[in-house]
Amino acid sequence: MSDKGKINEIAKELERWEKTTLPKWMGQRPERKSEFRNHSDTLIKRVYTPEDTKELDYMRDLGFPGEYPFTRGVHATMHRGRLWTMRQFSGYGTAEQTNQRFKYLLKEGETGLSIAFDYPTIRGYDSDNPLSKGEVGICGVAVASLKDMEVLFDGIPIDKVTTSMTINGPAAMLLAMYIALGDKQGVPRENLGGTTQNDMLKEFFAQKLIIFPPKPSLKLVTDIIEYCTRHVPRWNPISISGYHIREAGANAVQELAFTLYDGITYLESCLERGMKVDEFAPRLSFFFAAHNDLFEEIAKFRAARRIWAKIMKGRFHAKNLRSMWMRMHVQTAGFTLTAQQPLNNITRVTIQAVSAVLAGTQSLHTNSFDEALALPSEEAVRIALRTQQIIAHESGVANTIDPLAGSYYVENLTNEMEERAMEYFKKLDDMGGAIAAIERGFFQKEIADSAYKYQREVDGKKRILVGVNDYTTEEKYPIKVLRVDPKVEEEHVARLQKLKRERDNRKVNEVLEKLHYNTEKDENLMPTIIDAVKAYATIGEICGVLRKVYGEYKELIVI
Amino acid sequence: MQSERKIRVLIAKPGLDSHDRGAKIIARALRDAGMEVIYTGLKQTPEQIVETALQEDVDVIGLSILSGAHKTLFPRIIQLLKEKDLTDVLVIAGGIIPEEDVAEMKELGIKEMFGPGTPTDKIVQFVFENVPKRT
Repeated sequence: MSDKGKINEIAKELERWEKTTLPKWMGQRPERKSEFRNHSDTLIKRVYTPEDTKELDYMRDLGFPGEYPFTRGVHATMHRGRLWTMRQFSGYGTAEQTNQRFKYLLKEGETGLSIAFDYPTIRGYDSDNPLSKGEVGICGVAVASLKDMEVLFDGIPIDKVTTSMTINGPAAMLLAMYIALGDKQGVPRENLGGTTQNDMLKEFFAQKLIIFPPKPSLKLVTDIIEYCTRHVPRWNPISISGYHIREAGANAVQELAFTLYDGITYLESCLERGMKVDEFAPRLSFFFAAHNDLFEEIAKFRAARRIWAKIMKGRFHAKNLRSMWMRMHVQTAGFTLTAQQPLNNITRVTIQAVSAVLAGTQSLHTNSFDEALALPSEEAVRIALRTQQIIAHESGVANTIDPLAGSYYVENLTNEMEERAMEYFKKLDDMGGAIAAIERGFFQKEIADSAYKYQREVDGKKRILVGVNDYTTEEKYPIKVLRVDPKVEEEHVARLQKLKRERDNRKVNEVLEKLHYNTEKDENLMPTIIDAVKAYATIGEICGVLRKVYGEYKELIVI
Repeated sequence: MQSERKIRVLIAKPGLDSHDRGAKIIARALRDAGMEVIYTGLKQTPEQIVETALQEDVDVIGLSILSGAHKTLFPRIIQLLKEKDLTDVLVIAGGIIPEEDVAEMKELGIKEMFGPGTPTDKIVQFVFENVPKRT
């Protein structure tokens, strides 16, 4: 019998089953809900059969790991060859404290560093700016100048680790400091490995930590990609991020579509700059969230890889296979952590992490169970890392590549993810691209609507959250809150002011003037920013020059 | 006949953090419940928040903060409200505020704190029950 014949037969059998066996059971054990839906509002069938994947062409749609369209993974050996990088985002207090935390994590088996910066740094203010009051070193480490960076990496040779920096608005300044640090440690620029998030587009509608308006922001992103392509070839100049889009309220389809569309926009910007696609595309990397619905998330990651490969080949005519690779970092979704019965979060994080591993992530951050309450304690951070190690070494899920391929359900969901993402792409193309969509509040409205819908479902108990709207207890978990000493701010301000007095201020003024000049001339600013940080100009001073030329972004409020 | 004045609420994001998912959801829920809601947007200084409250003649201020800077920013906002003689405005807050800080914040004059997982209906109801009566 032909495949088509077989499928028709299965479809008939399904119909028979629905008329004979199913009704008997439905009478005795009716289903729990009238319908089942995932976060992206897909109606989930009772059972999936070969009929649901009848359009699937193995070689066209899945292929083999390490081969186009990379649905099954970007490497041929995947986690059998090398486990994913276990990279825990951390940073708080002073550079000294975070340096200690880094050394602790490295000792415990972490394989890459990831820096969390405090809000003043992220927003391009020095610690002594009045707007920084109460925020210095609280949600991350304060890095105002190269001096802080030197302390942060004291005793950590940066040719032995890779470092990820979650930084966007001032990404150029922090990367410049890392490069300058490399120069000091004697590490050639071509040996520096790591990532700057440097994804400004999603800032305008998701994370919203913005300094400059959209166009100069995109220009700076492109400067970094161009500079790294020429001088820091092992650096991932950008991590195109869906994580924050999801956390802001988007569903899985929106996260997928908006992230990849941002990617398209960066590609176009680099091509306009005169770069060749295969020169820079291999270093583009991605960052997604892993939420609670296991199969939906797996489908999202797989669809993401396939769509990206198709875009690179079809839309951008890439020739190098590496340009078609979507390498991804995944973080378990912070939004899903509950303040109620916080130990349950360990289970949530495990499920989420498993989805990322099953779907072939390159790198993973697992959240700590106490993060809905405060900064994570050392114990909670260790458990989060151990969760990854248990998945890696005990569960067996990493023993084969893309084990869910061929699942009628997962393949069907993967296809649907792709189709719905393509619909968004078309809409965004018609709107005139990502910046036009930002300016008219399109992404913002889509995300706010999804966030509100989710909350209404929780409020109405259509969506059960254990410990929050069901299975509740009055017990309070005795959490030990990790607090940042308010002295951190005073000390940091004092250190910064001492630096500002003692450095060669004539040199600082000269280099800032040069920066002003080059900013107006629309040059690639990376070389000048490196000169500026080496002269110990601060992040506030450098961003200040750019603010003068570019202006500051005024938030478009969409509720 | 004069129609009844709608309850006017200012939802404000003090400080530098940008987590506005909660603030926007609360703004929408209060609006759906029939209130007039003004949302400040991100990165508001205590001065800006109190100035907006004054200009907009609000009955309620909802502060949302997830950066951990509440111990610096909330006392300043309360102090400024006193200086502007806005002491009858109902002030509530939400976000990530450790349990052990709640009592201290309430003593300051923040009437209630709503942590993660609070149903929006509970906040709506709280506002209806505690909003100061206009004379």
